[in-house]
Amino acid sequence: MAAPTAHTEVPAGQSKFPPFQSAYYPSQFVWLTLTFVLLYVLMARVALPRIGSILAVRSKRIAEDIASAQHFKERSEAAQAAYEKALADARARAQSIANDMHERQAAAAEETNRRLEAELHERLAAAEKSIAATRAAAMGNVGAIAAEAASSIVERLIGKAPAAHEVAGALADAGKT
Amino acid sequence: MHIDPIEQFQIKNLVPLANIGGHEIAFTNSAAYMFIIVILASALLIGATVRRALIPGRMQSLAEMTYEFVATTLRNSTGPEGMKFLPFIFTLFMFVLFANLIGLIPYTFTVTSQLIVTVILALLVFFIVVIYGFWKNGWRFVKLFVPKGVPVYFLPMIVPIEVMSFLTRPVSHSVRLFANMLAGHITLQVFAAFIIMLAGYGFLGWLGATLPFFMVVALSALEVLVAVVQAYVFAILACIYLNDAIHPGH
Repeated sequence: MAAPTAHTEVPAGQSKFPPFQSAYYPSQFVWLTLTFVLLYVLMARVALPRIGSILAVRSKRIAEDIASAQHFKERSEAAQAAYEKALADARARAQSIANDMHERQAAAAEETNRRLEAELHERLAAAEKSIAATRAAAMGNVGAIAAEAASSIVERLIGKAPAAHEVAGALADAGKT
Repeated sequence: MHIDPIEQFQIKNLVPLANIGGHEIAFTNSAAYMFIIVILASALLIGATVRRALIPGRMQSLAEMTYEFVATTLRNSTGPEGMKFLPFIFTLFMFVLFANLIGLIPYTFTVTSQLIVTVILALLVFFIVVIYGFWKNGWRFVKLFVPKGVPVYFLPMIVPIEVMSFLTRPVSHSVRLFANMLAGHITLQVFAAFIIMLAGYGFLGWLGATLPFFMVVALSALEVLVAVVQAYVFAILACIYLNDAIHPGH
């Protein structure tokens, strides 16, 4: 039991401990060199450039996406600013239009007022003129009625109608007192 | 029933190939597992990235995370000048990581539990550091052994210590990985053997066998951690040594 068959293969003078069996060192050296160089070539020529390019492409893509997102954000901010400016402009214009309209209406109202007032003045003046004319006519009639009344009073008193110019003179004298 | 905890490390010649100067070259079970490492590592890093998806799937995410992990580790230890060593450090990390992880599957062979494998890898790092250090810095590379700010009269003592610590790096670098893998697998095998031994003693043995069973479960979890951490340690030490070659002036 102490000596399994595997150990009987060990050449004389060799260690029983496999890692120290130098008979296998040349084989180990040859195959390690071969496989290590093979792995090195595969890594250096294929794997590492490929993974490097994958990572580079990804970081470039991420940077581009962030840049374009930034660009879109700026554009949307500009659009918002433009919208707010347009809104403010429209509000200002509406204000000025309202003011204009108000002033124009006030001016028109004043004009109408003035026109009506002038017309009223005119009519008042015409009315006063016609009143004055009517009064003068009435006053003229009063003299004729007084002369007629005086002449008929004198005729009743003296039985004879006085001459018209005498009556008028007497009336003028009476009007003087 | 006897279970040999060492047997799992035994290399077996599967196909004898050549005999060069008395040295036998054969296709071994170890060589087969080295090819499995290459195939699985390539499947993850090449197979999973074929679609080059903008939004990665699970496997592509894993491949990308591994890449970024190794790249970050290397950049943090050596700065941007060291990035030309990324393929080397990445290959080293993937090779050791897959060797460690594949070895955790029962009945498999752990390539990194062979001292010669870790020694070759550590010496590869060591010679790359020495050759690149002298090639890039010329004789200024020896400033590595003269720490800044040390009084001149200490230098006869400090410099030999620095040289010694530099020369023993491949030893500590390789033995650390080898010993961790070896010890972990032996421990797992010993506790697993306890289960089988105790289970042979009837009902009470079955009850007793639950203890090493839970031990094996816990140790397996620990060994997964060790496998990943040791691969990371191996790679980051290689990065730190490379940093000495790139920036020798401490």
